[in-house]
Amino acid sequence: MSSKTFSTLDANEAVAGVAYRLSETIAIYPITPSSPMAESCDEWSAANKKNLWGTVPRLIQMQSEGGVAGAVHGMTQVGSLTTTFTASQGLLLMIPNMYKIAGELLPFVMHVTARTLAAHALSIFGDHGDVMACRQTGWAMLCSNSTQEAQDMAAIAHAATLESRVPFLHFFDGFRTSHEVDKIKTLPEDTLLKLVNEDCITAFRNLALTPDHPAIRGTAQNPDVYFQAREACNSFYDKTPEIVERTMARFAELTGRQYKLFSYYGHAEADRVIIAMGSGCEVAEETIDYLNARGEKVGLLKVHLFRPFSLRHFAEALPKTVRSIAVLDRTKEPGSVGEPLYQDIVTALSQAKSAGISPLEVDPVVISGRYGLASKEFDPAMVKAVYEELKRERPKLKFTVGINDDVTGLSLPVDAAFDIEPDSVVRSVFFGLGSDGTVGANKNSIKIIGEETDNQAQGYFVYDSKKSGAVTISHLRFGPNKIKSHYLIKRANFVACHHFPFVEQYDILSYAVPGAVFLLNTPLPADKAFEWLPREMQEQIVGKKLKFFVIDAIKVAHETGMGGRINTIMQTCFFAISGVLPREEAIARIKKAIEKTYGRKGEAVVQKNFAAVDATLAALHEVPYGAATASRTRRAPVADEAPDFVRRVTGLMLAGRGDELPVSAFPVDGTWPTGTAKWEKRNIAQEVPIWESDLCIQCNKCSLVCPHAAIRSKFYPADSLANAPASFRSVNFRSNENPGCKFTIQVAPEDCTGCTLCVQVCPAKDKTNPRRKAINMQAQAPLLDAERENFNFFLSIPNPDRSKLKLDVKSSQFMEPLFEYSGACAGCGETPYVKLLTQLFGDRAIIANATGCSSIYGGNLPTTPYTVDANGRGPAWSNSLFEDNAEYGLGMRCGIDKLTEIARELAAKLAPQLGDSFVQELLHAKVQTETEIAEQRKRVSELRDRLATVQLPEAKRLDQLAQYLVPKSVWIMGGDGWAYDIGYGGLDHVLSLGKKVNILVLDTECYSNTGGQMSKSTPMGAVAKFAVGGKETAKKDLGLIAMSYGNVYVARVALGAKDAQTLKAFAEAEAFPGTSIIIAYSHCIAHGYALHLGLEQQKLAVESGSWPLYRFDPRREEAGQAALQIDSAAPKGQLSNYQSNELRFRLLEKTAPDRAKELLGESQSNLTRRYDLYSQMATFGNKDDKGTENGAATPVNGGNK
Amino acid sequence: MNLSTTYLGLKLKNPFMPGASPMPDSIGAVRRLEDAGASAIVMHSLFEEQFTNEDRVLEDEIATHLESSPEATSFLPIPTEFNLEPDEYLKQISQIKEAVDIPVIASLNGSTVGGWARYAKEIEQAGAHALELNFYHLSTNVEETGSEVEKRACEILKTVKESVKIPVAVKLSPFFSSLPNFSRQLVASGADGIILFNRFYQPDIDTEELDVLPTLQLSNSFELRLRLRWLAIISASVPTSYACSGGAYTGHDAVKAIMTGATVVQFVSSLLKNGPEYLTTILRDFEKWMEEHEYNSVDELRGCMSFKHCPDPLAYERGNYLRMLQGWKV
Repeated sequence: MSSKTFSTLDANEAVAGVAYRLSETIAIYPITPSSPMAESCDEWSAANKKNLWGTVPRLIQMQSEGGVAGAVHGMTQVGSLTTTFTASQGLLLMIPNMYKIAGELLPFVMHVTARTLAAHALSIFGDHGDVMACRQTGWAMLCSNSTQEAQDMAAIAHAATLESRVPFLHFFDGFRTSHEVDKIKTLPEDTLLKLVNEDCITAFRNLALTPDHPAIRGTAQNPDVYFQAREACNSFYDKTPEIVERTMARFAELTGRQYKLFSYYGHAEADRVIIAMGSGCEVAEETIDYLNARGEKVGLLKVHLFRPFSLRHFAEALPKTVRSIAVLDRTKEPGSVGEPLYQDIVTALSQAKSAGISPLEVDPVVISGRYGLASKEFDPAMVKAVYEELKRERPKLKFTVGINDDVTGLSLPVDAAFDIEPDSVVRSVFFGLGSDGTVGANKNSIKIIGEETDNQAQGYFVYDSKKSGAVTISHLRFGPNKIKSHYLIKRANFVACHHFPFVEQYDILSYAVPGAVFLLNTPLPADKAFEWLPREMQEQIVGKKLKFFVIDAIKVAHETGMGGRINTIMQTCFFAISGVLPREEAIARIKKAIEKTYGRKGEAVVQKNFAAVDATLAALHEVPYGAATASRTRRAPVADEAPDFVRRVTGLMLAGRGDELPVSAFPVDGTWPTGTAKWEKRNIAQEVPIWESDLCIQCNKCSLVCPHAAIRSKFYPADSLANAPASFRSVNFRSNENPGCKFTIQVAPEDCTGCTLCVQVCPAKDKTNPRRKAINMQAQAPLLDAERENFNFFLSIPNPDRSKLKLDVKSSQFMEPLFEYSGACAGCGETPYVKLLTQLFGDRAIIANATGCSSIYGGNLPTTPYTVDANGRGPAWSNSLFEDNAEYGLGMRCGIDKLTEIARELAAKLAPQLGDSFVQELLHAKVQTETEIAEQRKRVSELRDRLATVQLPEAKRLDQLAQYLVPKSVWIMGGDGWAYDIGYGGLDHVLSLGKKVNILVLDTECYSNTGGQMSKSTPMGAVAKFAVGGKETAKKDLGLIAMSYGNVYVARVALGAKDAQTLKAFAEAEAFPGTSIIIAYSHCIAHGYALHLGLEQQKLAVESGSWPLYRFDPRREEAGQAALQIDSAAPKGQLSNYQSNELRFRLLEKTAPDRAKELLGESQSNLTRRYDLYSQMATFGNKDDKGTENGAATPVNGGNK
Repeated sequence: MNLSTTYLGLKLKNPFMPGASPMPDSIGAVRRLEDAGASAIVMHSLFEEQFTNEDRVLEDEIATHLESSPEATSFLPIPTEFNLEPDEYLKQISQIKEAVDIPVIASLNGSTVGGWARYAKEIEQAGAHALELNFYHLSTNVEETGSEVEKRACEILKTVKESVKIPVAVKLSPFFSSLPNFSRQLVASGADGIILFNRFYQPDIDTEELDVLPTLQLSNSFELRLRLRWLAIISASVPTSYACSGGAYTGHDAVKAIMTGATVVQFVSSLLKNGPEYLTTILRDFEKWMEEHEYNSVDELRGCMSFKHCPDPLAYERGNYLRMLQGWKV
């Protein structure tokens, strides 16, 4: 049945395919999980793919979803068929325009991957919080429950909006539907053509705003008319349900797939009914079939058209026998009488009764349940629990299902053993290492089975929150019938572990059913594999009588020229032993797929892959085993000495068992302890840096550039070594100020990611063997025990007194990093700046962090990398939103300033009691340097002691606020997507105010977190998502704009090019009495090269002039100097020397070489022009008429070698 | 005066052409070279690594971070179609052919037996009139013998020759034990011509940073001497087409190269320094010299100073070395 009408894809791709074909203009902005729809459309448009009417839709990327909403409003206003895609906070930003678009009855469809809203925490996952926040805007809301439906409803929405003139919000569950790969029937063009009424398009064009028959829209109306005019649209809403119904009927004629506004599923005489929307509906259907087959009478009412809510259609859809109803909402509306769908249903039942159209024989009990928030699992056991609750005489009026609410007792008990998946479905679970190709290979397997056999296929992929060394878990189902199981597999026939170390970390075989096949990629031979497994795993293998296979996929990959990619090999194993297809047929199909994928690239590549397939079969061995013999058990997720919360909560989350945690385990307001990352011990590095003390020149650059604070330096009195482990290394500290001290560089062997940046930057070489540096990578495993002990000892040595440290690169690394072991990518270009910030100011810093990579590695649970020093002080960190970060940080500043003011007022008022001279000293002390801060802390401590003796209310109030007498360092931090685009308006406003805030822009020149979409920081000629054809315009000069205010400290830095300048910029920014902004070059995986070369690329970026270094300090003008100092030399050499190392630039050479050359040429002249401009600025007002690095501008010494 | 020359079986209007370099990457430069009198265009080398690895490297670079994050299935757009260097190269052949009327000689550079034949075939199909096979080998393996290296070169040549009909010239380095014998083996294996010599990148040492610095410097006229000697020796005993490549800067240098047996002379450094138009000067100086010395054709000039015809063959040999040293007195 290999028909072209079937395809395996996820809902994002399916919906984008429809929206693209039915649109002419598309405005976009990236947001998870909707970004892939925009990306697909961008790629199609760049490839000149035509829409239904033979023209190529044009896309425009906006600066925010608010911008998108404005743009699509304009596009529809002038009569072009328009669409967009969004989710969550993005959708919220569109709400103001949604009222306008609906108020003006502009036909338009927006496709939304329904996603959680940020409340106590951000979540990228799926629920209906966002769409429910739009139910009042006047948009029609159409919900899809599966990939197939998402595609079909997308088409229905586009057709219905044209006919009804009411704009449509089409939504489906984020991730569970948007990212679930399924086999669906695709929609051919002629179906779409027949579905859309061309007359309606004509009518739409005729309504377009045009000077050729002008009209005015958007008037301001007074009390006399607004109300009536607002009511004038009513009939359009009245007609919309019938229009949607007609469109669905037409769709059914064309495709055979009949949808309804409200679809009933289940027993014709059901006594209990669930009413719901989204992917949970199909799970309920699967459960209903099971329960009804066993004598129950249950049903489900699926709401497809949520707005306009049609009372008649609703009433007609319910069986008259219904006695109790559970309305399930995938959202939470705290403080409400019930969640939105529940409220609508209760109202509708009441109205139907009043209108005499209720079919029900009795007034039903209607209860309200919440489920599935942020993609929480919703499975048949939970559906059953709801029906069980409905059976009770007095069911809970409000309940939750899927969690254990041991605080308010709302949750329903769920029978975890309830399993209804039929034996005909083959279920497979794969544990892969992020980017090892496991997910891609599984998608490929789904394609092979889904598109080339009669089987149905489903794939869903779970990722963890780490950006390096992440685990991926693929859940694949294959079976003869439609798969409605939109939940994770719990009992698999086939379990594979593609990364050997995972056997120590995860309970992989908990997924295996008795008799299942277990495949392990391991370097161990078949006869040794079993004995090396931890005890628990051995017992599971024996107890469940698993068929256990091993392969050394890395070896096979190496031997067959596949490099480090094991995807083809592991896929071959799956087909060879899973039994999903006959072995020979499966292998033939893999080879066919290889030819299809690589055919164009030449016979050699195809043959190489074929060889890998054949070698795999030879290297795949079944493992014989007897009884469990191991004494070693899986290591605990966190150490026993970890704090209680970490053991009780974080530990379970790290073990992948967070679902088991009850409500009582959690803080009520999202507040989370810092300093928990250190307990994780990820052990992801195969090799770690080891210090050669004899070669070290003690420059500390290794520590400076480490993105994970996993290599550290310390000096200390020699007697600290009294109890040092035997292998602990130390040398004499080269310092006149600290005679007799020792010095050590120490790696954190379990926290290092193995990125090698420290080795790259190390300037010290063995003069007889320059290949040996003062830091060299060595295999982690043999060194682990010793280095773990060494690192613990290192940590136990007290840190030097920071108030006595100089402010230079070397000394900065003796300051304790208060940001450690984050989940950032190995070799991340951002985190060294964040770490430096915490080293310099962390004990007094409060950080407002824009959403993006830095908020994910900074605050995505399970662990938190910001930590505290020995005094318990450390960065206080918070992420509000993406767009508001500058304002958020400014607000913190304003609040702190006011509290400081109050504290000072109170102190002044209490001077008679506290001692006048003491208060004078307290209030007028200079508090800027480390020494001064330490002194002030002593004074505040003294103040508290004195306050304890003062029996006045003001004394108590001052005690609360005394901490504000030590200055707080407010940092506003985020990426370029925030600073240049979505948050720019706020950033600009903050820059204009001159308040004492420091802004750190971690500039990766794209939206890194969502997959490398273009921002206004993206350089000309770079290829990025949404700029497939290369960015045509120059990078925005944010620094120059900031300089234009004249009173802002501005620095542009690149740690890898000139670390001393970076350090100086941070110090000056903090010391500057007004607003400062530091724009920091941050290399990124989205640039397309191995990040261990990141520091070299930074140098090239600076040398080529692509990233000039400078500091603009308005204070210099008072001394008759130009505010701007250029810290890098004039552009040298060709820009291509820098750009050609990065795939983002090279891709354009590969796809459009002429355009690439043109843009390179233009970029080259732009940067020369820009340097000339800076050079002039650097001499402007300079009394000595010099300004460049080679002139009189303060030179920055000690740059990188 | 008859400057016409037959090189690799191609009838050329004169014996001067640009050597393999990035110069012909621009069609503008190609036209300027033709206008300046170039008798053929030699393209830059397509390296073995480019057609054996580039697709895999690109594939790996794109695939490195795929499917590792819930927020991003990839971090760069993945083009469905992209031009690998060989694709670009083939396109460039066609474009040069369209732009000029002189023959186009493509160049493949490598040292192992592999998928060369396919690319040679594609180069032929793209319209190249001839092919340079640049046998760039640097032995770092102590187990490898000289004869193995020579044997492999002949195998590569045979594979390529079997797959194409266009003439194939082999470009050699000077570092072979017996260049005459090796040249004869190559001609016996099907070589239509020999190009003397390619120039290895000669890395420098950074004594401060203890690093090796890859550098590429333009040749100088002194390097011509090495070519002259070996042209004189080999052309006398192995009849085939010869190109002198490296060190020829002037018309007078060209005279010397042809006198020692070169069929054609390739210029790179002088044209990179002075621009394509400098070829006109070379041509003019060459003609002037011919006129002044009453040579009517290039054929008359060719080989007059080869090992076979020169008045003192010992000058090319070891004896000359002794004489030179003895004359070098302080």
